[in-house]
Amino acid sequence: MIELKQLTKIFDTGKGSLTAVDHVNLSIATGEIFGIIGYSGAGKSTLIRLLNGLEQPTSGTVQINKQNITDSKGLELRKARQKVSMIFQHFNLLWSRTVKENIEFPLEIAGVPKQKRQARVSELVELVGLTGRENAYPSQLSGGQKQRVGIARALANEPEVLLCDEATSALDPETTDAILDLLVDINKRLGLTIVLITHEMHVIRKICHRVAVMEGGKVVELGDVLEVFQSPKEEITKRFVAQVTEKEDSHETIKHLRELYPTGELVKLIFIGDQAEQPILTKLIRNFPVEVNIVQGDIAHTQRGAYGTLILQIKGEPEQIAGAIQFLEVENVQTEVMANA
Amino acid sequence: MLESLFPNVDWDSMWEATVETLYMTAMSTLFTFVIGLVLGIILFLTAPRQLWANKVVNWLTGAFVNIFRSIPFIILIILLIPFTKFLIGTIRGPNAALPALIIGAAPFYARMVLIALKEIDKGVIEAARSMGATTKTIILKVLLPESKPALISGITVTAIALVGYTAMAGIIGAGGLGTLAFLDGFQRSREDVTLMATILILVIVFAIQFIGDFLTTKADKR
Repeated sequence: MIELKQLTKIFDTGKGSLTAVDHVNLSIATGEIFGIIGYSGAGKSTLIRLLNGLEQPTSGTVQINKQNITDSKGLELRKARQKVSMIFQHFNLLWSRTVKENIEFPLEIAGVPKQKRQARVSELVELVGLTGRENAYPSQLSGGQKQRVGIARALANEPEVLLCDEATSALDPETTDAILDLLVDINKRLGLTIVLITHEMHVIRKICHRVAVMEGGKVVELGDVLEVFQSPKEEITKRFVAQVTEKEDSHETIKHLRELYPTGELVKLIFIGDQAEQPILTKLIRNFPVEVNIVQGDIAHTQRGAYGTLILQIKGEPEQIAGAIQFLEVENVQTEVMANA
Repeated sequence: MLESLFPNVDWDSMWEATVETLYMTAMSTLFTFVIGLVLGIILFLTAPRQLWANKVVNWLTGAFVNIFRSIPFIILIILLIPFTKFLIGTIRGPNAALPALIIGAAPFYARMVLIALKEIDKGVIEAARSMGATTKTIILKVLLPESKPALISGITVTAIALVGYTAMAGIIGAGGLGTLAFLDGFQRSREDVTLMATILILVIVFAIQFIGDFLTTKADKR
């Protein structure tokens, strides 16, 4: 669906040049939710703007659905943009228009006749769950509702690709989850390809199929979300993965857990994909005469399966504990005995 | 009552002068609005990194606006006498005041338009571009509606300034309350005529302010 080849963008900053995007090659499939993660300044905002021609690349090409965006100009580019829509961190709604009128705006641009526009707007309002708020102005809406308007607006012309520019970064965690659920729903229902950029690993974990990690304008790591969570290769990727797992990993937490559970062994299990759905604990308890106490757990469901960690307190004879840990390793569960702090 | 307070006021000519002042203010505000809006939009869109980024046009428009905004109005009227004579055919009467009023006020309003447009969130313009909007659509459906309250309050301030300008223009024979206050009131030492003309000008100014404030509030949905 989307093909980026040797895509490079160099900005002239007066004091010299800045390479924001550096020879990026990516291939994104139809119907995929593709995440690009990076810290600010990594070049991800520029990259996503190259996809709909808001920025022109210095070299390289962008192809969306066989159309070369890089070479498109004028009417051709404007038509292409109607099929590659975008939502924004700060929503970018017109405050002078009501919810209904904001959603109508892209339809006006596309030249849809008034009657059809109104029918389409009602459909979209319902799709994003804003029924009853059609005549409100953006200033009367909450952040989450504003982003819903943004999404409805982006879907108005039935695009093939939806670009999300930090779409949940200005929202609180609960609202973030609701908006992410909505995006997954749209992806499934409409078969829409979604490309999102974010600095929050939580977003990647929750909805993306594949992820690219960007640093200094380059894609430094690329892969299936589960794979990247399981075995991050680059240092920066490890830090991003730690964003969502460090709760359990921090030195303080381990020390605290040790104080609460002074006896036996504390063992951390990392479940990935299918294992998370298997009754490993049941087997463990049946096979070994040990006492198992769940101390902490966090299983998250990504689009490609579950991922999570579980911290167990295992009490019993030392050789039985050792046997139990060995069993877990045989079952292919990543196991870590937590050091006595 | 009025007769005793304002013994020298000729109410017919006072009414006529009021109508002239209103006419000059209304016409000049209308033209100032249109010309200032066009100049302001050009200034905004030709600035660096904007949709029509163009150094030459931006510099020329900026220079024009700055020069005519800087010339004191009373001098501008005198400088424009030949131009007015060519355009209107006379330099007396309300119509003859219009070129100077408009050329004096439009650059002033253009600056206000520029400020108003700069206040618009860049993201909203980017969003419109991302939907495939043409520049014309962006001007008509984004820039103007999104800056409406500032555009209205700006034209209110400009219209009030124009009331003052019409009075100044009155001194060189444009007619209206300024002429009346100067010729009938000041030069013939009839203070009551000057006072009445002043009161009427104040009423006009307050009315403009009231209407402007009302429309600004109504347009602002933020």
